[in-house]
Amino acid sequence: MLKQIEGSRAVAEAVALCRPEVICAYPISPQTHIVEGLGEMVKGGELEGCEFINVESEFAAMSVAIGASAAGARAYTATASQGLLYMAEAVFNASGLGLPIVMTVANRAIGAPINIWNDHTDAMSQRDCGWIQLFAEDNQEALDLHIQAFRLGEELSLPVMVCMDGFILTHAYERVDVPTQEQVDAWLPAFEPRQVLDPAEPVSIGAMVGPEAFMEVRYLAHAKQMRALELIPGWAEEFRTAFGRESGGLLRSYRTEDADTVVVALGSVLGTIKDTVDEMRRDGAKIRFRIHTIRNHAGCWLGRTRPDRL
Amino acid sequence: MFQVRIHGRGGQGVVTAAEMLSVAAFLEGQHAQAFPSFGSERTGAPVVAFCRIDDREIRLREPVLEPDALIIQDPTLLHQVDVFGGLARDGYVLINTSRTFEALGVGEFARSLCAERLCTVPATEVALQHVGRPLPNAALLGGFAALAGRISLDSVAAAIREKFDGKVAEGNVAAAREAYAIVRGALRETCHAEAD
Repeated sequence: MLKQIEGSRAVAEAVALCRPEVICAYPISPQTHIVEGLGEMVKGGELEGCEFINVESEFAAMSVAIGASAAGARAYTATASQGLLYMAEAVFNASGLGLPIVMTVANRAIGAPINIWNDHTDAMSQRDCGWIQLFAEDNQEALDLHIQAFRLGEELSLPVMVCMDGFILTHAYERVDVPTQEQVDAWLPAFEPRQVLDPAEPVSIGAMVGPEAFMEVRYLAHAKQMRALELIPGWAEEFRTAFGRESGGLLRSYRTEDADTVVVALGSVLGTIKDTVDEMRRDGAKIRFRIHTIRNHAGCWLGRTRPDRL
Repeated sequence: MFQVRIHGRGGQGVVTAAEMLSVAAFLEGQHAQAFPSFGSERTGAPVVAFCRIDDREIRLREPVLEPDALIIQDPTLLHQVDVFGGLARDGYVLINTSRTFEALGVGEFARSLCAERLCTVPATEVALQHVGRPLPNAALLGGFAALAGRISLDSVAAAIREKFDGKVAEGNVAAAREAYAIVRGALRETCHAEAD
């Protein structure tokens, strides 16, 4: 259904359609509208079977998400900027434990000086945390990437960050196509955790290991990231078939024929660059652009690709 | 693409005005993008919000630097902020005031623009009468529908009803309708004056 809504609302509706069972929230601009929207849906009975937990900090938000996910719940939270840094220790634990938490990062600069506006420093500071990071170009893609994120994370047993430009996307009203519950249910199977913390059948996860086993764990973590490279394009294609639009994938290009110059970019600036490319081509400028949306590890994907196939 | 910039002060519903304008355009099947210019928002501080309307997808996300239309919710901003910055010569200007452009001290600038694209409307008074609070945003959107003809009054009313409920919605719709009538009347006078 087409709606003219705020980006944060679009994400809240997408997350709700994914049937999360635990949402933890701690407010920080510019992500707050997302969890406020979800909180209203839980309280209003629109989002059933979901526990909404107000926590005392971002560190607690991620810790609660870890506990919930380890107990077998589909868990979600959102943060930005200093909030992401404050939860960093738990962020690494989530990926090390292989828990498919989905988290929105409403990208915002990091202080000092204090700055509420958009840049990607927060997400980039966590580049090596072992999560998959997906970046949205517009609010439609932000909505769609959340649906893809739950499926990707649960398939790989890895947490996924969906990054969207703070304010520029989160607070922008624009047209989005919100899928139906039936469409999302058909595309996103119910979460079946690989292992569950259950007092009836106790297991230890994340227990201390020596250097030999740690290396193996890190090797497996790397293997999962490499597998993501294989899965992401296929699922973007599957998503296109099911929902009728292109969202996600590793890399997209725009008017790249005969390019002399390649612009590689992430996030909402792509829209402005596309308009610039159109304008320059219309003016007959000889400078041409090739634009790519890169996602986590796309750099190494790029590296494996022959330049003439870019 | 048609670009609107709305100036006002924190607490006057500037951001909501841009949102409702985008919803009105959306309801007419257009693409629309509304977003505020963020700062340390506080009541009374100058606030700017933007709305772009087009018949195709809107991809750029820059602040509107060269507006086709300006809605000025608070005339005390006229000499504090560069509200007219980048305005096209054939641009539309709607100011919330009961005074004239001349009396506001912007007569000379106004004479460099198209007379039939300029208007004032006492939107705060209209809002006080219909809503009971000095929130001029919905009334100004009604006036804007009359001035620019880019969106219909019915779409503005539908957007207001999407944003608000019950008595608040109906009060704002009534305010929009009255402001629409005021602007229509003022424009007819301008046209007659020009014909004379």
